[in-house]
Amino acid sequence: MSPTDLAVHDGQATSSRPRTVNDFSIQVATVNGSGSQTANLVLLRTLLLMGIPASGKNMFPSNIAGLPTWYTIRASRRGYIGRKKDVDFLVAMNPETAKEDVLTLEPGAAVVYDEPLKLNLLRSDLTFYPVPFDKLVAPVCPDAKLRRLVRNMIYDGILAKLLGIDRRLMEQALNKQLGKKAKAVALNAAALAAGWEYAEANLPKQDPFVFEAVPGAPQKILIDGNAAAAIGCMMAGVTVVAWYPITPSSSLCESLIGYMRKYRVDRATGKATFAIVQAEDEIASLGMVIGASWAGARAMTATSGPGISLMGEFTGLAYYAEVPAVIFDVQRVGPSTGLPTRTAQGDLLVTAFLSHGDTRHLLLIPASVDECYTMAMQAFDLAERFQTPVFVMMDLDLGMNNWECAPFAYPETAVDRGKRLDADTLKAIGEWGRYKDVDGDGIPWRTVPGDGMPPFFTRGSGHNPRAQYSERPDDYVQNVDRLRRKFETARGAMPAPEVDVAAGAAVGFIAYGTSHWAVAESRDQLREQEGLTTSYLRVRSYPFSGRIAEFIDAHERVYVVEQNRDAQLAQLLRLELTAAQIGKLRSVLHYSGLPIDARSVTADVLAQEGRK
Amino acid sequence: MATPLKVNRIGLEPAAYKGGKTTLCAGCGHNAISERIVEAFYEMGVDPSRVVKLSGIGCSSKSPAYFLGSAHGFNAVHGRMPSVGTGAMLANRSLLAIGVSGDGDTGAIGIGQFVHLMRRNLPIIYVIEDNGCYGLTKGQFSPTADVGSRLKTGGVNELPPIDTCTLAIQLGATFVARSFSGDKKQLLSLLKAAIAHRGTVMLDVLSPCVTFNDHEGSTKSYAYVKEHDRVIEEVTFVPFFEDITIEHEPGTTQEVTLHDGSKLFLRKLGEEYDPTDKGGALQNLLDSERRGEISTGLLYIEPDRPDFIEQLNMVDEPLATLPLERVRPGREALAEIMDALL
Ligand SMILES: Cc1ncc(C[n+]2csc(CCOP(=O)(O)OP(=O)(O)O)c2C)c(N)n1
Ligand code: SF4
Repeated sequence: MSPTDLAVHDGQATSSRPRTVNDFSIQVATVNGSGSQTANLVLLRTLLLMGIPASGKNMFPSNIAGLPTWYTIRASRRGYIGRKKDVDFLVAMNPETAKEDVLTLEPGAAVVYDEPLKLNLLRSDLTFYPVPFDKLVAPVCPDAKLRRLVRNMIYDGILAKLLGIDRRLMEQALNKQLGKKAKAVALNAAALAAGWEYAEANLPKQDPFVFEAVPGAPQKILIDGNAAAAIGCMMAGVTVVAWYPITPSSSLCESLIGYMRKYRVDRATGKATFAIVQAEDEIASLGMVIGASWAGARAMTATSGPGISLMGEFTGLAYYAEVPAVIFDVQRVGPSTGLPTRTAQGDLLVTAFLSHGDTRHLLLIPASVDECYTMAMQAFDLAERFQTPVFVMMDLDLGMNNWECAPFAYPETAVDRGKRLDADTLKAIGEWGRYKDVDGDGIPWRTVPGDGMPPFFTRGSGHNPRAQYSERPDDYVQNVDRLRRKFETARGAMPAPEVDVAAGAAVGFIAYGTSHWAVAESRDQLREQEGLTTSYLRVRSYPFSGRIAEFIDAHERVYVVEQNRDAQLAQLLRLELTAAQIGKLRSVLHYSGLPIDARSVTADVLAQEGRK
Repeated sequence: MATPLKVNRIGLEPAAYKGGKTTLCAGCGHNAISERIVEAFYEMGVDPSRVVKLSGIGCSSKSPAYFLGSAHGFNAVHGRMPSVGTGAMLANRSLLAIGVSGDGDTGAIGIGQFVHLMRRNLPIIYVIEDNGCYGLTKGQFSPTADVGSRLKTGGVNELPPIDTCTLAIQLGATFVARSFSGDKKQLLSLLKAAIAHRGTVMLDVLSPCVTFNDHEGSTKSYAYVKEHDRVIEEVTFVPFFEDITIEHEPGTTQEVTLHDGSKLFLRKLGEEYDPTDKGGALQNLLDSERRGEISTGLLYIEPDRPDFIEQLNMVDEPLATLPLERVRPGREALAEIMDALL
């Protein structure tokens, strides 16, 4: 049941840890549907207001209410925002998991728990803080029905007192979180105060964990990747959105609906400069996107693995008939329904080649919320420029968890609508054919209904450069060879990898997406604790940049880190590498559904390096 | 023989409405329907460059290549034309969409998208070229095959058919009609009325497959359909741009005004029939099925229901051509969003 990959501890001698400032993790164990999300976000937001780098990860079940949920907040002085495996401070609110939650803690950890659970009897090497939540909540919340929700703010108050958080900052965070709901703010503020006061009167500080404000820290926003991508779509000027609900992608479209209603309704007329349709399934979603893009709109959909599987046939059509489409794949654990609320990078191979026949698609792979925003905008430019589907490969960890980030920059460049035929171009090129490669880059000129330019017949069956039906072998070969040429042109236009080559390093890392955060931290661990200096290349797109092969050439061993069983990126790389390059690749794989963490990467690399 | 130069109200000749040469079998009902589509668009004076032709996969779905050659066309994937049409109309609401499907394309693989298209009342003319079989894959039964109908190769259908008109009426289509590829006059009137309507037009046209389903024992053969066709009313269409009045005796004819001001005159034949009465329309379909007859004509119409575009409260201009400054919020907007996230 527990989403932990830690071993149970026997708990012998109490190891008193040294004072730990701004560098530990807090886990809140509750049941879902109990309204703990507000309390957790208020806590996270408070840390941000204090200038402490922090991230929050929600591990939740595929269920609406009543099953165990864990929310982990990690504060890191050095700005590591990936998952940390061990929990330093536990808030045990769920009787069902409390025992296991306590037994898996490292010695020296601290536990705030609901008094009747008597968790203090389980171990002697931890610090325990019993809190009578029911007794505390009754006086501040007369309405018994609301108590279950308000109860959670009490642990925020307790934590604030125990961890040295400025109470007024937490109230400020509460106000921000609940916005205009004055009654809810008052109720929660009272609970917060009750927790604080109880801790002050009854819980003398015994653990080493404290927060201290970091003066002069830059202002950060707190946002999940789905909302970040939604803002990017809106700024890209998306006009048609079709979607079908699926975790973990739903909130991308739901955020988008919220933003579009606020910022994309014409002031003068009160009418929408967009259409968002909840389609009957993912096949229809992509069909609508294709129809809209074909008619000249910027259109998108968002889904997860099961939806990607359904989109196969239409993706092949868009590829072959050369219709733009932007598809966000917020990956979750498959195959089939898999673990629908857990994270993975398992759709790389299926999307790269989605559909039957010879197909290849453009992939963008964001690692941060900032890249969710910028790559959302790039996706539309690339889709229109290359007249083809573009997949933005996010994952549940990135899409649904909250990440801190510098505020997004306003886009300074206009959008790229690609090769759209106009009267001047028509004159210049003479005879136009929809699939004629006039410029030698594989990208033909396009017309759309209603633009006054020559019409053509779009089809998924064989066609010649003039878009006429053709079953001629030479027409077919020329056409798919041109598509290949177009793909090669795209290779040079995709976001380049981020490369950090360490002088003299024999070992390199390759990673992508959210695996980045664990790798960045693991490199520091390897260097500082093991004296192993490494280089790093972060892949940001497919087709791959030539710099990946150069990077492999420059190192003796290259660890490809990814969150799937089958080393999907490594497999995709192998298709383009020489035998010598392939021989250098090693894999670090993590596929439990929990976000990858640095310690696991470090341990795996050390083992493969023969060092441990 | 010199033919006088004939043009329509926007100055185009009939040739401007022609498409490529058909590659379907000689005598296929689908070809007759293409011819009526050409005539209807010509006579209505529709600018072909504002039309989009869509289809799924099948012999029927090939036919958009054979009419309106100067319109954009999109031959999508099997059964999924409704979604492509929906996207296209959302992108550019000033277009006029006509989709052609088959009874397999609609009733089998595409029934899901068909059902949801009907619910949305998207402005589109959706034509089913209904032959009770899969022509392109050589004559298997389709879901509109009647109980007891026999395949050329001998198999007999025992499953109840899907009545696409019943479905469309129940689900919210605002113009539902059934016709026969062999009834030129009725089909032409209905197609012209379809062009004048705003909302989903569902037009099921019996269209015999002369190669695989035109034999004795088939209920979708030319002879069988002709014999069992029961015309429910005589349809006369008067376009908004023609100043014609139809004389009729009181109580014999129902008049319906369409979205663009055109008028339909429905002269009663035999029984009372009111195509604005949903319950009556459904009852008629049930009764005719029981009698083994095929009711043709305008079965149901609801001229004023808001279409999908109106329901979405979209701006009047096509979304596809909105300039960047109207679709990219300004700096203050992004600053406000960022501020809320601090
Ligand atoms: C996904 C998929 N499955 C199967 C087919 C094969 N297929 C092509 S047309 C067709 C049936 C067409 O029947 P109908 O829509 O009734 O059109 P008709 O040919 O009779 O006009 C089938 C099954 C296909 N093209 N795509
Ligand atoms: S096979 Fe049947 S449906 Fe297809 S073209 Fe021939 S007659 Fe028409």
